[in-house]
Amino acid sequence: MVTRNRIVVGAHYGWRDWLVQRVSAVVMALYTLLLLGLLLWHGGLDYDAWKATFASSLFRLATFVFMLSLLWHAWIGVRNISMDYLKPIAVRLTFQCVVVALLFAYAGWTIQVLWS
Amino acid sequence: MASLDRPVSKPRPVYLDLLSIRQPLPAIVSILHRISGAVLFLVGIPLLLWVVQRALASPEAWAQMRATLSHPFAKLVLVALAWSYFHHLIAGIRHLVMDLHIGMDLKPARQTAAVTIVLALVLTLGVAIKLW
Repeated sequence: MVTRNRIVVGAHYGWRDWLVQRVSAVVMALYTLLLLGLLLWHGGLDYDAWKATFASSLFRLATFVFMLSLLWHAWIGVRNISMDYLKPIAVRLTFQCVVVALLFAYAGWTIQVLWS
Repeated sequence: MASLDRPVSKPRPVYLDLLSIRQPLPAIVSILHRISGAVLFLVGIPLLLWVVQRALASPEAWAQMRATLSHPFAKLVLVALAWSYFHHLIAGIRHLVMDLHIGMDLKPARQTAAVTIVLALVLTLGVAIKLW
């Protein structure tokens, strides 16, 4: 039997992040198409069209899903970068904690922007 | 990871001088994917939230935000972000297609890498022309 001490790398170890990265990417690509379609439909950008678009609670919800996908996607990407370049484990984990706090702050900001 | 788990029995030569290795096109797309992702995280997300917040606040805030973003330096930032978004998106789509085992051979991989770089630059040029 092989016994091995797990090395602390500051990440989950399975396929879940791999899958999340792809699903969130598809969500963001679809939202990009939606935005592009709305832009063409309104024939440009002005305050009234913008305001009317965000008045729809369905659009706000879609935007929220997009932002959650973006933040989760960013977490996995930035974490992978930190795993490659930040070798001292204390530095890496501290950096990751700061990033997580920042992403949660962005999530709060998103809610504030969309529903206030 | 495997190399960390067990002691290396005999030292092997390592040659990883990244600046003197000639990087193949797919490797360049890959590192640009990473760099553009970092830019989008560092600048893109906070700027996006700020812009949407200003844009929804009031007609005055909307106009003020538009004025701020029309500063030449702001335009440069927007162009950099546009490139980051386009490159990251196209390289990401290429990645997803490759996950389906399409375009995995050397030749198509090189071709799609070239398409990724060129298409992102052309789209960015379009944005730059629109901004100026």
